[in-house]
Amino acid sequence: MTDTLAEHADSHLQKGEPLIEMADVGKSYGAIRALRGINLLVNAGEVTCVLGDNGAGKSTLIKIMSGLHPHNEGVVKVDGSPVTFGSPREALGHGIATVYQDLAVVGLMEVWRNFFLGSELTAGKYPLAGLKVKEMREIADTELRKMGIVVKDINQPIGTLSGGQRQCVAIARAVYFGARVLILDEPTAALGVKQSGVVLKYVAAARDAGLGVVFITHNPHHAYMVGDHFVILKLGRTALDKTRNEVGLDELTTQMAGGDELTELSHELGRQ
Amino acid sequence: MTQTVDAPAPVAGRVRPPLANRVLARPEIGALVAAIIIFIFFLVLAPSFRSAESFFTVLYQSSVIGIVAVGVGLLMIGGEFDLSAGVIVYTAGLANAMFCWYFGINLWIGALLSLAFCLLIGFLNGFLVMRTGIPSFLITLGTFFVLQGANLGVTKLVTKTVSSPDISQIAGYDSLGKVFSSSFKIGPVTIWGSVIWWILFVALAAWTLQRTRVGNWIFAVGGNPDSARAVGVPVVRTKIGLFMVVSFLGWFVGMHQLYRFNTLQAGGGVGNEFLYIIAAVVGGTLLTGGYGNAIGVAIGAFIFGMTSLGIIYAGWDPNWFKAFLGVMLLLAVLVNLYVKRMSTMRRAD
Repeated sequence: MTDTLAEHADSHLQKGEPLIEMADVGKSYGAIRALRGINLLVNAGEVTCVLGDNGAGKSTLIKIMSGLHPHNEGVVKVDGSPVTFGSPREALGHGIATVYQDLAVVGLMEVWRNFFLGSELTAGKYPLAGLKVKEMREIADTELRKMGIVVKDINQPIGTLSGGQRQCVAIARAVYFGARVLILDEPTAALGVKQSGVVLKYVAAARDAGLGVVFITHNPHHAYMVGDHFVILKLGRTALDKTRNEVGLDELTTQMAGGDELTELSHELGRQ
Repeated sequence: MTQTVDAPAPVAGRVRPPLANRVLARPEIGALVAAIIIFIFFLVLAPSFRSAESFFTVLYQSSVIGIVAVGVGLLMIGGEFDLSAGVIVYTAGLANAMFCWYFGINLWIGALLSLAFCLLIGFLNGFLVMRTGIPSFLITLGTFFVLQGANLGVTKLVTKTVSSPDISQIAGYDSLGKVFSSSFKIGPVTIWGSVIWWILFVALAAWTLQRTRVGNWIFAVGGNPDSARAVGVPVVRTKIGLFMVVSFLGWFVGMHQLYRFNTLQAGGGVGNEFLYIIAAVVGGTLLTGGYGNAIGVAIGAFIFGMTSLGIIYAGWDPNWFKAFLGVMLLLAVLVNLYVKRMSTMRRAD
């Protein structure tokens, strides 16, 4: 399956080449500063893990990168030139695709319709141009099968698949349509151990294919299995920013569990 | 089958479900069963129901509701409601009639102005829903009351009565009549043009939903708008477009009513919005959006047509119509639910 991902990935991607650079980026919603002073680098062929508790600013960060909300402080550069995305379509145009935890797919629609949603194959440009249904079914079928996702029937509503399979279809779709940066929002949060494993394998495969991956999670174990670079957010600021060589799983876990605050708390509670 | 050197091996896991299951899984199947039952019911109980003339009268009755219902069905698949769809029909006709009568201009100009006005109302409905995030149920309930009041108020100001003036002497009446409310005869059977328009609109809607990119978007914005937006579907444009389709079809039926009767009652159309929604739901459209099809909505409208006229053909007191309609609709919805449950159970194996 790694081969298939590599087959569709942009062959011009150089491992280590910076795809997204964020310098001192911040975002306020009215009087509330959700995010400030974020410096983040997403490199091709690397997995950048963004960890943090609820409300730490993870989703705001994703929304800036995926084009749902524009940032209002600092600079975001894609391929070296500054950008401010007005819509997810613009971000997709730059090859930045986002797979959301709970809203990756439209449950009642068929697997193949989901696979091609937003990038349908049509017989022409005019509004009533027919969809190439047969072709789309065949491509979705072949691609998913090649990537090791076994779907009983390509025409079944995607809501009948398991959570892990849905995530995998969403990732496969993003890669098939030429994503260069893949943003994964808590892809393993609602999954069991086995299904998380399947998704993590795809994360690794996307990385090996040369894509830049942003992996958002609050599970340090999952992050450490695939990550090259770790960023922990706390209350909208960066609390830790280290590469794999500089940090161990223990430190990540401690930081995630609350770090210094936790030590303080245990002092306060005074139980030995 | 172009690329398949390595494919044959893992085929085992993938199967195409048997035809019976695929048929049962279609949204309109419940409505179809209900329609057949109701049809047989009236065939047995109402002797005058058993002629081609009455069949085409039923079709006409269905088309007047069915044309707007198709738009409302599309909108509901797209996850929104339009409660102003009933009165906008009369707004369209009244605007055309009174404008041309008051200023003494060609009815074609009035018809086009009325179209622009209706499209604007549809746009405003959609724009307000998308901009404010307030449920379309509330926004269009507001539009409904505004239009209902304005229909009566403006008509009273212009004509001093509650009906629009007779426009049959104004230029353009005959040619517009040919477009919107012509009929022709085959033997003893009168076929109204609106039936043909209805079939055309249903066919167009069915094609759009199943076979075009826009159709894919309609299902997506109704099923999961956030997810649709994330993969680049223009959610706002799609939904506003759907509201405008409803108001366009409302205008179309308004034109039909006006050029058939040459005068309209200003208070008309109230309550029809529910008939549209009922036709859509009976036809298998999911109330919460993301599921349904145009054929089902057409069958829903046909059930309405059969019931409303069947009572008269059966010689019963027409005052019972609403009660009877309610029962029929409840039954239809129950059959729908039952069939849906059967089909999903089988598919789960």
